[in-house]
Amino acid sequence: MTALASATTTATEADSLPLDRIDVSRADLFERNVEGDYFRRLRREDPVHYCAESTYGPYWSVTKYNDIMAVDTNHQVFSSEAGYGGIVIDDNIQKGGDDGLQLPNFIAMDPPRHDEQRKAVSPIVAPGNLAKLEGTIRERVCRVLDNLPVGEEFDWVDNVSIELTTQMLATLFDFPFAERRKLTRWSDVTTAEPGGGIIDSWGQRKGELLECAGYFQNLWNERVNLTEPKSDLISMLAHSPATRNMKPEEYLGNVLLLIVGGNDTTRNSMTGGVYALHQNPAEDAKLRNNPALIDSMVPEIIRWQTPLAHMRRTAVADAELGGKTIRKGDKVVMWYVSGNRDETAIDRPDEFIIDRQRPRQHLSFGFGIHRCVGNRLAEMQLRILWEEILQRFSRIEVLREPERVRSNFVRGYANLPVRLHA
Amino acid sequence: MTVVRYIEANGTEHRVEAENGISAMEAAVKHSVPGIDGDCGGAAACATCHVYVDPEWLAKTGPAADGLEKSMLEFAEDVRETSRLACQIEVTGKLDGLVLRLPDRQH
Repeated sequence: MTALASATTTATEADSLPLDRIDVSRADLFERNVEGDYFRRLRREDPVHYCAESTYGPYWSVTKYNDIMAVDTNHQVFSSEAGYGGIVIDDNIQKGGDDGLQLPNFIAMDPPRHDEQRKAVSPIVAPGNLAKLEGTIRERVCRVLDNLPVGEEFDWVDNVSIELTTQMLATLFDFPFAERRKLTRWSDVTTAEPGGGIIDSWGQRKGELLECAGYFQNLWNERVNLTEPKSDLISMLAHSPATRNMKPEEYLGNVLLLIVGGNDTTRNSMTGGVYALHQNPAEDAKLRNNPALIDSMVPEIIRWQTPLAHMRRTAVADAELGGKTIRKGDKVVMWYVSGNRDETAIDRPDEFIIDRQRPRQHLSFGFGIHRCVGNRLAEMQLRILWEEILQRFSRIEVLREPERVRSNFVRGYANLPVRLHA
Repeated sequence: MTVVRYIEANGTEHRVEAENGISAMEAAVKHSVPGIDGDCGGAAACATCHVYVDPEWLAKTGPAADGLEKSMLEFAEDVRETSRLACQIEVTGKLDGLVLRLPDRQH
């Protein structure tokens, strides 16, 4: 009854505003889990929507699957370059407030520099290396799952999702294992705005990120002069011709990109999968009758969760999109979270269906030259997690609704109280 | 109809009678050829339909096109002179018998 009542309220809320007053960048919409109603209305009534006033200034929202694809694959016109503001709606994430920290990194670059730097790190997630990582990942997943209490309440986010993604990052960076939660903190701080519950001011963010910079500088210094380079990400950056002469802030920028890319995303998909199966008991039963469906469930989880709600571009020339004229200099936000619910591109998009025919046709990894470099690693981590869950637990009972993160970028969970059934 | 032969990395061959006008990616997906994913649906935007054109056929298919196809192949695995994205190869009568070899896996 409560759920029904609140659903009615939000539908009215999203439908009652004049179109030109709709601002889908409000982080509270995501925290309250009502953003879907707003995007449904935009897809229906004004799929390429201009918002003249917001916390982040004026911006375009691109809400339909095919329009998002058109922007994502046209990097000549829709730039990711940090100098224009980078790849998230809030320019401050790139430049850290007024007296902030510039964090150049390859996702916020255009070719050719983007291509060179991306190629310096991509071998870590190449098929050969993934095969080597699989055993380590499985061993750690087993250890984490074996230590969980059965029949007692605990927080899935902290005990499983954060723990596993942080261990993975520590491995990729060959980061001191006992201090791995520093990585979690730096990831959270990187994408945080003051007031969202993680940091209080841009100054605090800068201070913590400088501490991160110092820490990683030491790791670089330890590894840069080894005659036999190790195979971790820091050693790759320190030894590749494309990246070994990076300025310190560019090194920090790339490190933070890799931390965030491998952390928030997989973390929230690990939680999202548990929550989705809880809400869809018939799918849970299907999975348990046929564990081979894990292969198609994993991409469906990533679509359903859409752990990064958007990516942003800046138009460097005038462009037509969905009948609107976007002007040179305009900020353009591709709402992946909306494109992944576009009924004209995806069959029954609001439903979680673990045996879809083409489950990997979703926008969560982006498309084009900035497509997620770690997508296969993410899928492998989720696959192994579910394979091992099915070996151990007959049910993961969600005890209460999760609290959500107050962010228009990271679409995630602050917690998810659960109880395991043997 | 045009015959396209897809050869997996392990040597298994899939002989498909493809409709003219569709892409070699769509033909593979329609006929459930394993090893061609086509996640982006044919926009040259994901590089999960990477194939090696048999050298004898390369003159007829042409090499990878400048622009997005070449850019995406830059980031694919084990890219060679004969690499193409199958979604950018249109099936036509002049390609009857075309041989496409598949990588170990799409990445």
